[in-house]
Amino acid sequence: MIGNELLALSIADLQSLLRRREVSSREVIDALLERIEAVDADIGAYLSLDIEAARKEAEHANVELPLGGIPIAIKDIINVMGQPCTCASKILTGYRSPYDATAIQKLRAAGAIPFGKTNLDEFAMGSSTENSALKRTRNPWDPSRVPGGSSGGSAAAVAADEAFGALGSDTGGSIRQPAALCGVVGFKPTYGRVSRFGLVAFASSLDQIGPITKTVRDAALIMKVIAGHDPQDSTSFNEPLSDYTASLGNDLRGVRLGVPKEYMIEGIDPHVRAAINDAAKQLSSLGAEIVEVSLPSTEYAVAVYYIIATAEASANLARFDGVRYGYRAENPKDVLDLYRRTREEGFGPEVKRRIILGTYVLSSGYYDAYYLHAQKGRELIRRDFNRVFENIDALISPTSPVPAFKLGERAADPLQMYLADIFTIAANLAGICGISVPCGFAELDGRRLPIGLQLLGKPLDEARVLQIAYAYEQSTDWHKARPPIASSLPKG
Amino acid sequence: MAGTSDFDVAYVARLARIKLTEDEAKTFQKQLGDVLKYVEKLRQLDVSGIDGAAHPLPVFNVFRDDAASDWFTAKEALSNAPRQANGLFVVPKVVE
Repeated sequence: MIGNELLALSIADLQSLLRRREVSSREVIDALLERIEAVDADIGAYLSLDIEAARKEAEHANVELPLGGIPIAIKDIINVMGQPCTCASKILTGYRSPYDATAIQKLRAAGAIPFGKTNLDEFAMGSSTENSALKRTRNPWDPSRVPGGSSGGSAAAVAADEAFGALGSDTGGSIRQPAALCGVVGFKPTYGRVSRFGLVAFASSLDQIGPITKTVRDAALIMKVIAGHDPQDSTSFNEPLSDYTASLGNDLRGVRLGVPKEYMIEGIDPHVRAAINDAAKQLSSLGAEIVEVSLPSTEYAVAVYYIIATAEASANLARFDGVRYGYRAENPKDVLDLYRRTREEGFGPEVKRRIILGTYVLSSGYYDAYYLHAQKGRELIRRDFNRVFENIDALISPTSPVPAFKLGERAADPLQMYLADIFTIAANLAGICGISVPCGFAELDGRRLPIGLQLLGKPLDEARVLQIAYAYEQSTDWHKARPPIASSLPKG
Repeated sequence: MAGTSDFDVAYVARLARIKLTEDEAKTFQKQLGDVLKYVEKLRQLDVSGIDGAAHPLPVFNVFRDDAASDWFTAKEALSNAPRQANGLFVVPKVVE
């Protein structure tokens, strides 16, 4: 099997071929690099590739390992030793990672090959990848539209068969929303389940690393490898891991799913609403019981999020000062001038806006009114989830209120862009886990645009969320659809 | 919650050590003013008697052994420095 047919495989299927010696890891890498060469000028998913190292690792791949010989794309905000880690920002020009993030160490130990870094909104701040200072990424289903964000490069790469799987990071929906808009699977683990060590910090109490894949099984396979306690991250859970693939295939009898009535708001695109209603019916036909639930603090989630996330960002991004790494302004008058001009010239507008907002809500006289108040709001949001999870196993909702929007359509109005995350943000505030799985298409301008179904689960209940998502996915054909770009290319 | 009319983007940018052009300051003043107006809705949220959540899940007091382990050498730590000399980071003079 060669060329595009090979590249369309899931990780699980590729693994079988590798283990049966029907294809070698080196052939896989070569086919993948050829594919990237052919399509990435149009998609713009990758910021850098480490071709030589990837080929060398493929030569020595041990395919019996859990992800042996499988190339995995990495969002360019996670440190991979020897590779750039730009965070899609000019301020990290020239930086090369002197170490591997824990998630990367675990991928390598499992035999995976972290061969390339994918585009993102600068420092993961955005919902369309348009805030990248380095590159524009296009949605493989319609190149005039955004791939979502902030992990837009990872989602677009997987959708366009330029990657078998990828890592992203999710602070307010940055794995789930681009997965939904690109028609792939995106999984956000419980806060603390995957080590954040080596993930460049945006909002430390919200950030989580997770997989973006073609199938739910592939997400479970990557989770099995990257999850677990890490002494280098004091917020990582020291709790036993579930076997994320063991429960796949169990039926949904006895499973109770909640539909939050506050999520079915006006402003949801009619295609999205119809697809989610159909998905609920499908889940019900598989044996799940669907009940309406209430999360009364929902309407405050975006406001709480943009206070807490920007406050944490303003502190985390203080480290970019032109001294230890990255960009440095020329001929500074004094040390203050060095800091101020380095940050003026190095950061893009969205990053500056968020640092300024975060600085304001933490500043003397405003801390109680904004930051402390938002933390209390966060506690109310957390309690909402705890309460509904006493009676249900998971929540279902749209991942995004709309399918992929046009490039430039929302870029001028930050507030409109923030509202794109309305269904995903609360999960980060509450620290719970969630997944987006393909559940249909919207036909717009003669194009098919993917729609994502979001499932949210209890803290550390990853296995249950994956089980439900898998049962749904396997009963539909949505995950088998490939964007037009995949079939328009010559075979072989 | 405090009013938003006293939000002065130029002052806050100075606190954040970011220089802004006049155009940027004007645009950000308006855009962040809109965002602050939006977050005003939190005033309606009754939070009396609620303790704030700094962290999503209850993990407290994480200890580890105070043991030495290998980490970056000075050379590795300096490998990304834009200016360095004699194994040190170079910054403009701080004290006259």
